[in-house]
Amino acid sequence: MARRISTPLTDDVVKTLKAGDNVLISGVIYTARDAAHKRLVALIEKGEELPMDIRGQVIYYVGPCPAKPGMAIGSAGPTTSGRMDPYAPILMENGLKGMIGKGRRSDSVRNAMVKWNAVYFAAIGGAGALLSKCVKAADLVAYEDLGPEAIRRLTVEDFPVVVVNDAHGNDLYEQGVKEYRIK
Amino acid sequence: MGKPAKELDVSEITKAVRRMCISANYNVPDGSIQALKKALETEESGVGREVLARILENHRIAREECLAACQDTGVAMVFVEAGQDVRFVGGELYDAINEGVRQGYRDGYLRNSVVTDPLFERVNTGDNTPAFIYVDIVPGRDVKITVAAKGGGAENMSGLRMLTPAAGVEGIKQFVVEQVANAGPNPCPPVVVGVGIGGTFDRVAVLAKKALLRSVGSHNPHPMYAKLEAELLEEINKLGIGPQGFGGRTTALGVNIEFAPCHIASLPVAVNLNCHVGPHESVIL
Repeated sequence: MARRISTPLTDDVVKTLKAGDNVLISGVIYTARDAAHKRLVALIEKGEELPMDIRGQVIYYVGPCPAKPGMAIGSAGPTTSGRMDPYAPILMENGLKGMIGKGRRSDSVRNAMVKWNAVYFAAIGGAGALLSKCVKAADLVAYEDLGPEAIRRLTVEDFPVVVVNDAHGNDLYEQGVKEYRIK
Repeated sequence: MGKPAKELDVSEITKAVRRMCISANYNVPDGSIQALKKALETEESGVGREVLARILENHRIAREECLAACQDTGVAMVFVEAGQDVRFVGGELYDAINEGVRQGYRDGYLRNSVVTDPLFERVNTGDNTPAFIYVDIVPGRDVKITVAAKGGGAENMSGLRMLTPAAGVEGIKQFVVEQVANAGPNPCPPVVVGVGIGGTFDRVAVLAKKALLRSVGSHNPHPMYAKLEAELLEEINKLGIGPQGFGGRTTALGVNIEFAPCHIASLPVAVNLNCHVGPHESVIL
């Protein structure tokens, strides 16, 4: 059974999420990938204000396809999270509570999740058409010049994800391989 | 005097490339769909079966509603096998291909994923050109064009090694399995594994890529290489990575090998990965 949660995420909700949990997310999430992360972290380092308040928020690593007429968004599945590893800890330090992507995170990101009480979810890579159905609205927030890499505010309903790294140091990728590997 | 050359107006190539860019991204190849359905029956992990079911649902939605199956609609790889008795008229071949890519990505609402300069500028070209084009001259009067949309996630997990002949079959197996193991959840498993063996440093990578143009479930016509494909698939599916890396038996849907002659001192091997979408389509003009 999938558990329903809504954003922004509270510390209490984050603490109860465990690696392997099926979760349906509703509410607002923000899109950002490589180029947008670089700009966000540069702003933090200069002490300037971000284009959105990230406290309690969830960032979705996605560069969607253009929306067809009458649709909120085009195909919108996750991109590989590891590329955002250099930027993720400083965002968590500044209040980010959740990340959605696919693929492994570095040790420093996993340690930061424990330290700052944050969670990493995986959405199904290569299921962008299916996932786009859960996106009810998409509004530009910043960096329109980046095209598919711009920051957008997505309003999602029952967006399906699985907890990969929880705030207690567990990792679903490690657990899964351990359980099914044949020596 | 033989027959005069067949004339082919390059505008026909633009039309074909435009159509295939769109169609390949909306319609996941049948070979992959059949392999996913088979995996859904045999997968032992409950989470794994759930993932496979959702992936099949995604591919159905994409086909029926004309949506890109994956938002990473890739760089456009275009392979041309041009019959030597064909003469291209009405413009330049490479321009015609790029125009087809430009129109296809625009009209199909596909994502533009190409940047100008790889290191310093990294500005999106805005129309997914240039295409990555390979042209081979073959006998005859036909032109076969294949369009493959190559996503970045799986491409980034690819690798190449210059083995020595003594490494043999075991060396090849070790490298390929290690490559998939190290990729883990990143290339969106279940993956399709393209393997190139032989040739030179540059040629072996192209062989691995061309191996991915063969449909999932097909076998190399050479029995020894077909056997190696089956053995590699079995080894890879023992890794336990499973659908999306959540653990399970279905890490790869297929392993396709292409091989070529090589230097007496060399045994090059390359692995190029595709995710379960792996869009590609061909036409003969």
